[in-house]
Amino acid sequence: MSFKNTFINGAEGLFKSDSLTQIQKIVLRFVVVGLVFYAFAVIEGMLMRIYAVDSIPFISTDQYFAILTAHPLVGIFGSTYALVFGAFLFLTPYLMKKPLYSVKLANWALILLTSGVLLFWIAGFISHYAPLYTLYWPLPADFSQFSVWGGTFFILGIAILMVGTLFFIINIFKTIVYTPEGWEKQPAAALFGSAIGYTGLKNMFAKKENKKEHLVPLPVAAIARGTVDMVLNTGIILFTGVLILVFMLASILGFDLKETAIDALLYKNWFWWGLDLIADGLVLIFVAGTWYLLATMITGKKLFMQNIARAALLLELVVSWTVWSHHLLSDQAQPAILKVLSGEMVTAFELITQGLAFFIVLATLWSARPLKMTNPLKFLLGGLLGFALAVPAGIMQADVGLNRILHNTQWIVGPHVHVAVLVGLTMTLYAAVYILFPIVTNGAKLYSQKLANIHFWFHLIGGIGMGAFMGMAGLNGMLRRTLYLDGEFNTYMILAAISGSLLLIAFLVFFYNIVMSIGLKGVIGIFTPSKLSTKELLPE
Amino acid sequence: MVDSNLVLWGQTIAYTFYCLVIILVMAWFAYKITKTGKGNKVKPALFYTFVGFLTVLGVSLHIITYNTIPWTPVDLNRGDYTPDKTFEITVANHEFFLPAEKLVIDCNDLVLFDVTSNDLTYGFGVFREDNSMVFQMQVVPGHRNDILWQFDNPGIYTIRSTEYSGPRGIFMILKDAVEVLPCEGS
Repeated sequence: MSFKNTFINGAEGLFKSDSLTQIQKIVLRFVVVGLVFYAFAVIEGMLMRIYAVDSIPFISTDQYFAILTAHPLVGIFGSTYALVFGAFLFLTPYLMKKPLYSVKLANWALILLTSGVLLFWIAGFISHYAPLYTLYWPLPADFSQFSVWGGTFFILGIAILMVGTLFFIINIFKTIVYTPEGWEKQPAAALFGSAIGYTGLKNMFAKKENKKEHLVPLPVAAIARGTVDMVLNTGIILFTGVLILVFMLASILGFDLKETAIDALLYKNWFWWGLDLIADGLVLIFVAGTWYLLATMITGKKLFMQNIARAALLLELVVSWTVWSHHLLSDQAQPAILKVLSGEMVTAFELITQGLAFFIVLATLWSARPLKMTNPLKFLLGGLLGFALAVPAGIMQADVGLNRILHNTQWIVGPHVHVAVLVGLTMTLYAAVYILFPIVTNGAKLYSQKLANIHFWFHLIGGIGMGAFMGMAGLNGMLRRTLYLDGEFNTYMILAAISGSLLLIAFLVFFYNIVMSIGLKGVIGIFTPSKLSTKELLPE
Repeated sequence: MVDSNLVLWGQTIAYTFYCLVIILVMAWFAYKITKTGKGNKVKPALFYTFVGFLTVLGVSLHIITYNTIPWTPVDLNRGDYTPDKTFEITVANHEFFLPAEKLVIDCNDLVLFDVTSNDLTYGFGVFREDNSMVFQMQVVPGHRNDILWQFDNPGIYTIRSTEYSGPRGIFMILKDAVEVLPCEGS
């Protein structure tokens, strides 16, 4: 096939968008949106890497901090949430062997997520609103540095995104428990109990003959438990957004609520509790669940120690509710008991829960030797390595003594955050994309294996390299969320920027490979209505 | 008190060693699973040993640091100590207000920095001349933000905000604001 023909019709013309069901189209729309927002995040990241070395003429300092604010939000909510929503809206019904509860709700989740992210991104871009991704601007909000109108639209975007998230949550839980039309009545309460871990917990204390079987497959249990954290953090972010919006609307109407300030430390605790449900909650649970699914799909074998794996998912959920204080180890007014118990000891459990998931996946893969080094397998191993590097880095900084010299340095955001997100999480998601690609496209063929290999190595080396150089800068005292105008850490920042450019190249190679696989016609076809009226996941 | 540079050096060595080991283990694993081999089944005993090892590791890290990093017990029990010197510092409108132009400290003195914010959340960090960090803490409005520190290395130090407080925060630097006098006998 000629280049032009492949570009228009995809590799060997195998991808036919007309053959896609409604749900396949929604999943692929989520993937496209997720990848476009990933491109936003990577380009923003690259601009910031260059800016950390030297200023860029067309970017002011205010714009830089607006990018710094939008970057993690676009990365997590715009890209990761979109990919996760798409994957789980497909996998939950696929593994439960029943149709998705509502196609309409799934479509609305996509529309709200996309429009919410675009709205806050544009608001930040135009107004330079930059209280940073936590939104935790100790109330009362500071309007001397930021436009109140910019902030209002920014928060509105976040709120719209959170409503879309709620639609996703409802769809997932309803899909697990509902009875499809014409089916025998499903045991909703028992299904719900199995999904969130109540059945497993009861089994631990029941006699052998009274133990109940798990009604929900293990990856669905992971999806459900991670979604519990999503419910909680969505509520907190929504509430916090409304709270900030009250201050902003008051300011627009000419009232100053400064004197009614909410306690800054209480607010920090509240917000970190909610936000940590993403970083130390649903991300870790979803990732563990995805690892388990990938390991069983790659090997075709049962998961090693699967009952322990199921119990660990519940433990991880409980742990995620109690670890927030590691973000406040440098807050001197935070009670010492919270620093030691929640900040240090409970946080150390994440080493155990993630380590346990790591071991279970490796043991499952080992049991199926010899395996072919396919794209899903190599990206899964990359994802495992990412967390093996990033989790211990996190445990080290979650120490009262070490936090005193690591907090808010590049160490936090390098070896911990970026290695966890870019190498651990993103490579796991890429593994899922590669393994689900032929299923959701009805047998489309990947355009080039060579490009997939380049994607893998550039992403892995770029991600680890960037984290390492940022970490070295952090250990030498370089702070995050600031600028060094005299180039004090330029050696590390230049090396981090070179590593970052590998990540950008990796993404461009991957994007090109995917577009060439399904063709321009196919990309457009994903966004046209499905010709199949079936609610089934796959065409009959 | 052990210098924080020494602690950072120890951490760098330990973490770098760990990274190299885990990367090599994963490379070895990736190679081995593509080959046939005996003993495909992993024994549960190995799994439980691994979980036990992680438990010991997770808990012992904090016990070790509590007993080896001198500022940790001082920090957690700072009410029990009497400082040799106290500096009351205020922060407002993105500016530090020190009690004197330069904070002069005798070598080995236990110093209390008591920092109050009148508006936003800031950070308070002390840095060496090579830009490496001695220590830092958050400065939260409406709360007491105090830290005890013993300086046993003479020199000139810079104060810098370690928390993002908007674009104006990048200028919150007081160069050479702290001087630790030479130690006796040195």
